Amino acid sequence: MLEHFGKYLLFMSSLFTRSESPRIIFNRTIDEAILIGINSIFIVAIVSTFIGAVTCVQVAYNLNNALIPRSTIGFMVREMTILELAPTITSIVLAGKVGSSIAGGLGTMQITEQVDALEVMGINSSSYLVLPKVIAALFMFPLLVIISMFLSIGGGFVAGTLSGALTSQEYITGIREDFIPYNIVFALIKSIVFAFLISSISSFRGYFTSGGALEVGAASTTAVTNGVIAVLIADFILAQLLL
Amino acid sequence: MIEIHNIHKSFGDLKVLDGISGVFETGKTNLLLGASGTGKSVLLKCIVGLVKPDIGSVTFDGTYFTNNKLGIRQEIRRKIGMLFQSSALFDSMNVEENVAFPLKMLTPDMPKSERLDRVNFCLKRVGLENSNKKMPSEISGGMKKRVGIARAIAPECTYLFCDEPNSGLDPLTALKIDELIKEITEEFNTTTIIVTHDMNSVIEIGDNIMFLYKGKKLWEGTRDNIMETEVPELNEFIFANRLMRDAKKVEEGEEGSHHSS
Repeated sequence: MLEHFGKYLLFMSSLFTRSESPRIIFNRTIDEAILIGINSIFIVAIVSTFIGAVTCVQVAYNLNNALIPRSTIGFMVREMTILELAPTITSIVLAGKVGSSIAGGLGTMQITEQVDALEVMGINSSSYLVLPKVIAALFMFPLLVIISMFLSIGGGFVAGTLSGALTSQEYITGIREDFIPYNIVFALIKSIVFAFLISSISSFRGYFTSGGALEVGAASTTAVTNGVIAVLIADFILAQLLL
Repeated sequence: MIEIHNIHKSFGDLKVLDGISGVFETGKTNLLLGASGTGKSVLLKCIVGLVKPDIGSVTFDGTYFTNNKLGIRQEIRRKIGMLFQSSALFDSMNVEENVAFPLKMLTPDMPKSERLDRVNFCLKRVGLENSNKKMPSEISGGMKKRVGIARAIAPECTYLFCDEPNSGLDPLTALKIDELIKEITEEFNTTTIIVTHDMNSVIEIGDNIMFLYKGKKLWEGTRDNIMETEVPELNEFIFANRLMRDAKKVEEGEEGSHHSS
């Protein structure tokens, strides 16, 4: 465990030693941003919309006290979405989609000697391959989380009003109630930390793959498992530290 | 010229290379010959710096490489072209982009048109004029090796390394790849080191041959005197290779007669 952590730290430091030119890293980052960000919008949109909808319906089901105003449903959907569901659930979904893709891609490159080919050309393979992925994730995760927040709250609105749990006026009143802007900052900080953990852990697992196709599959699975566990631990630590 | 001196390498308790020294001449095809698991590929990786030897040194044209400063090692590496056993083409790039890649990385200031000319020249040199836009998944094993060679020579390499260049190829394609490597070595005056276990390669292109057995260098010579060797392990290797070739011929003959009948 400790040995793995030490290896991970050395791997991360190798990203910044004899790095390629900023222009090359920039171009590669744009490519990775498309793979990590743009290609993930669909799944994030689906998951977020339905989670918002389900949250609204379930909160409405549990809040049937006549003394509690119906607008509280909108308030609770907003709070749960911004504080937890949008950053954490989106990151867990991305740990599965992006994490396995990063680990699988790097693992395949490793076992087919493509990483060696880069090294022989005098290119720092870890910096060339991994640094753009990490930078792209750091930029794209917060954007996806913002999209997730809007869609989740929107999903709650649609589900709440269509099911008759509350009126649109009540929902809008609820989501505007006692709004704390810092919560948005907190969610974005979480998404940046999760982005770093998922992209770096997946890259680490993929980069050190050896063997064959079976090991590439195992590396992808381990990357997702480790990524999700790291996200949940970091979620708890950040909540303790920042709230 | 590449010189290696007293190379030792172990993985855990397993000793893979045991004090190998030698000289690889410029403009010649230098073969590292031996059965599977004798340490040929590990020695090649030690020479190019992909594996660090436990003891020993590698010198490229008089410049110490093994534990030298990073900058000097990078400088030497930029003169190295390597053909990998699996060809190691980048899956996400087409043939043209694969060959252009080292030029893009090593000479970023080269104008695009000049780069494209160089790519086309290299592809033409390996006999792949009309395959620029094909993806690696769309070409045969032999073509992949050719693209690998084109990529290796694109930045005008001084040192060419080939790890089992004809593995997984049919005898005719293997022969063509061997001949291509030989021609390129003479044309570009590269110091070429080829890892092989194929006696056909020895007979066709082996200028200098180093025979490895259980991590040790047992014999060194040329293709002209390899048949006169008195090293029993090498004789055994040559004999086994000949048996394999004869068996293949019989098999091919039988297949041919089946088809004709």
